[in-house]
Amino acid sequence: MAEATGWRNLQVVDDWAADVEVFRGVPWGKAMMWIFLLSDTFIFTCFLTAYMTVRMTTAEPWPNPSEVFALEAFGVPVPLLLIAIMTFILITSSGTMAMAVNMGYRRRRGPAALLMVITALLGASFVGMQAFEWTKLITDEGVRPWGNPMGAPQFGSTFFMITGFHGLHVSAGVVYLAVVAWRVWRGRYEKQGYDIVEITGLYWHFVDLVWVFIFAFFYLW
Amino acid sequence: MAADTGQQHPISVYFWIWALLFVFSAASYTVDYIGFQGYMRWALIIIFMMLKAGFIVAIFMHMRWERVALITAILVPPGALLVLVALMAMESDYTWATRILYFGEDPAPVPLPPPSH
Repeated sequence: MAEATGWRNLQVVDDWAADVEVFRGVPWGKAMMWIFLLSDTFIFTCFLTAYMTVRMTTAEPWPNPSEVFALEAFGVPVPLLLIAIMTFILITSSGTMAMAVNMGYRRRRGPAALLMVITALLGASFVGMQAFEWTKLITDEGVRPWGNPMGAPQFGSTFFMITGFHGLHVSAGVVYLAVVAWRVWRGRYEKQGYDIVEITGLYWHFVDLVWVFIFAFFYLW
Repeated sequence: MAADTGQQHPISVYFWIWALLFVFSAASYTVDYIGFQGYMRWALIIIFMMLKAGFIVAIFMHMRWERVALITAILVPPGALLVLVALMAMESDYTWATRILYFGEDPAPVPLPPPSH
C-alpha cells in the first residue's frame, strides 16, 4: 500500500479490488451510516423529483411560496420569516454538532454531551416551529393535501409529504442525539472511543443538508 | 483499544464553515427578499444551495478527508438520481399536455388560428 500513496486513483482501485474490507480505517458504524444516508438521499430525491414533475406539469398556477409563508412582524408582512429562522436554527445546530464531534475526539465527554444536548434542543425547536407552520397553513390558509384556495392542488400534497418526512427525520434525530448524549455523559464510550459522536453527527448534518435542498427548491423557487 | 481513528481537525475550520453557511443562507434569503426573478433567481439559488451542500458534506461530514473508496461509494450513486431528474424534466412537456387535454385549462392560452376559408 505504501507505494500507492499519492496515487489516489490507484489506492481506490486497490481498496475495491483487494479481498479484504473496502473502507480501510473507517469504523464499520460510520460506513453503515453513510450507506444509510445514501439510501435516504434516494428517498428524498425521489420526493423532490416528484415535486419538480408536478410543478413543471401542473395546469394551474403554483401558489407563490414567498407570500404563502410570509409572517407579520411589527405589522409588516415579511416573506419567509419563519423559514429563515428555521434555516438559521438548523445551521446553528449543525455547528454545535461539529463542535460536539471535536470535543468527543478530544475525550472531553462533558462538553461533548452538553453540545449534543444543545443540538437536540435546537432540533426540537425546529420541529416546534414546523408544527406552528403546519397549523397556520392548515387552519388559516386552508391548505390540504388534496387542494388549497391559492392554486395548484399538488402544492399541499408535496409540501406535507416533503416537509413532513424531513420533520420526521429531525424528530428521530433529536431522540438519537439525546440517547447518545446520555451515554457519552455516562462515560460508556471511554473504552471504545468516540466514533459514535461522529456517526450521530453524520446523521444530523444530513438532516441539515436535506433542508438546504428543501429551502432552495420548495421555498425559494 | 481506544484508538481514535476518527476525524480530528482544528476547531477554527468548523467556525469558518459555520460562518460561511450563515452568509450563504442570508444571501439566498436576500434573493427572495429583493425579489429577483427568472434565470438570475434560479442561478443564484442553485449556486448558494450547492455551496452550502458542498461545505456541509466536505467539512462538517468530513468527506474531504475520507478515503477515496468511501467517497466514490457515496458520491457516485447519486449520479443515477440526476438521470432520473433529467428524464422527468424531459417528460414534463408530455405530462403537461396530457393534463391540459384531460383535466385542466391552459393558464396562458394561445388562440387558435382563424379558419382559412
